[in-house]
Amino acid sequence: MTQSVVRDDPALAGSHEALFSAREVNKTFGHGRRAVEAVKNVSFDLNKGQITTIVGESGSGKSTMARMVLGLLPITSGTMTFEDRDVTKLRGGARTAYWRDVQAVFQDPFSAFNQFFTVRRLLSRALRLLGDAEAGQAKMEEALNHVGLSGPDVLDRFPHQLSGGQRQRVMIARALMMSPTMLVADEATSMLDASLRVNVLNVLTDLRDQLGMTILFITHDIGQACYLADRVLVMEHGVMVEQGPTDKVIFDPQHEYTRRLLSDVPRLHD
Amino acid sequence: MTRLLEATHLTAAYQTGGVEVRAVDDVSVHIDEGEVLGVAGESGCGKSTLGAILSLTARAPLYVESGTLVIDGQSQDLAVGSRIPRTWRGSVVSLLPQGAMNSISPTLRVRTLVYDVMRAHNARISKNEALDRARDRLKELELPVRVLDAYPHQLSGGMKQRVVTIISTLLNPRLLIADEPTSALDVSSQKALIDMLKQMLEQKIMSGVVFVTHDLPVLRTVSDRIAVMYAGKIAEIGPAEEIATGPKHPYSAALLNSVLVPEPAFRKKRVRGIPGSPPNLANPPAGCRFHPRCGLVMPDCRTKEPPHVGDELTFSACFWSAQHPGEAVPADKAVPRHIDDPTELDLPAAGATPAHAATTEGANA
Repeated sequence: MTQSVVRDDPALAGSHEALFSAREVNKTFGHGRRAVEAVKNVSFDLNKGQITTIVGESGSGKSTMARMVLGLLPITSGTMTFEDRDVTKLRGGARTAYWRDVQAVFQDPFSAFNQFFTVRRLLSRALRLLGDAEAGQAKMEEALNHVGLSGPDVLDRFPHQLSGGQRQRVMIARALMMSPTMLVADEATSMLDASLRVNVLNVLTDLRDQLGMTILFITHDIGQACYLADRVLVMEHGVMVEQGPTDKVIFDPQHEYTRRLLSDVPRLHD
Repeated sequence: MTRLLEATHLTAAYQTGGVEVRAVDDVSVHIDEGEVLGVAGESGCGKSTLGAILSLTARAPLYVESGTLVIDGQSQDLAVGSRIPRTWRGSVVSLLPQGAMNSISPTLRVRTLVYDVMRAHNARISKNEALDRARDRLKELELPVRVLDAYPHQLSGGMKQRVVTIISTLLNPRLLIADEPTSALDVSSQKALIDMLKQMLEQKIMSGVVFVTHDLPVLRTVSDRIAVMYAGKIAEIGPAEEIATGPKHPYSAALLNSVLVPEPAFRKKRVRGIPGSPPNLANPPAGCRFHPRCGLVMPDCRTKEPPHVGDELTFSACFWSAQHPGEAVPADKAVPRHIDDPTELDLPAAGATPAHAATTEGANA
């Protein structure tokens, strides 16, 4: 295995402030002979107000990484800091507080809903994390407006009355109600068809441009990474093999694995 | 080239609670020997329903109202009430359903499924004969034979999908219908599966493939011809290369516009999806079904059924292409400009117009 390639220009290193930093993070599942090292010695920064994408094939450890960033999975070794606070081993109340700052959107907008709940009920349950029921209605509508939906239209609908793209946008709105500083989207667009996918990606870029949100976007699709990301991290078998600005990583890949990933992408035009 | 399959005037509807949703409406497709026909379209446009009809697996609440299937000169009426010989399923046409890779029982080894499938078609086959056949097939396709002894959790997603594909073609069907076979896979596994399908066609394991997916770059790689479906009808059909480079139907052009590929141009521009969503098929719009979302809409489109421009193998069902024969749809005009992307037509979002509307227009100009 070749050395990990870091492509950031040292001269620009100070120009972006890191909101979240991971240093030498490891994750091992199982023990002894059966141990599987899902994430090996991974270090990266998520810069404030930028979209960072992790790409890699299935089993490369990108989703494990996302779950650790969210504090859903304990890490084996290493440190993670958020706004200069150590968030490596959060528990209980401290972890709940962390979730007010860091929210997530997952892959499947079809199973993430309770099909017997209206959008209103779903969103008001999420509000309990804030502990402020007063601002409820206004917050819901504001969050829905950010993703291009309007409150009166969707609040009283059931999930089956919404299209896949609308459901995923309601999920993003749910995350936005917490006014998080960081959003983690794990394969949030994989289940959507091309046209809906573009709409959801545009919502994410708008959140970055208008609210200055920091986004960690996980995908196996380099096309989406190219469209969306400011920085790209490439993972292979738990190792971060290449990271840097999108233009450098995608249009001038140095690592052999990044090149292979790019050559496997089906093209529309030769 | 000899004709492998001719399916004519396929019409099928889902009947639920007194509502009839016609998901496939008078669709005819032709496939030549050794050909891959790609079927593209958004979610809910009838692609999978077409797959179900062609694979003879239409079950209630889906009822086939009319349609004839001719394979190798043998004709079969598909309408409800006609008897479809059981031997056709699996050996004449075979279906690789959506999410097929999860169809291996998690508690049984792959070889058990192989034996079950073979036994369902030939009650007297012995376990060894069935497994020998699968072993030979795996060797021909240069895959490890040991996967037969594995449990599904021991295989990667890409390998599971390839194994299920092999099992579904063990009986050498004439036609394989693959419904979204690559959608759950990453790019490298997608490529492996596509290469394997092509190899199987070369070795004449099957003679034709209908490849259903919404992923246009994949279709362009795998298929010879592409049919673009919209709201239960074929909007455009033609050689894959022609559709990818010069679509003649505004819907094909709009679909192609929303494809993201890693090319420098995509770093700067803002790509727009197709505004609105496909119509409710219980009550489809009059005239051309795409007209409410089309950027080239004319008065005729709203009232009259669009003409088929071209021959039965390559056509576009559109008034615009009737007026501009042989021309490709200008990519920037395929969808209306005044509607911004995040607001969908079926939800007129009052007050939800995002602040970037002006910049979007600029970026697209």
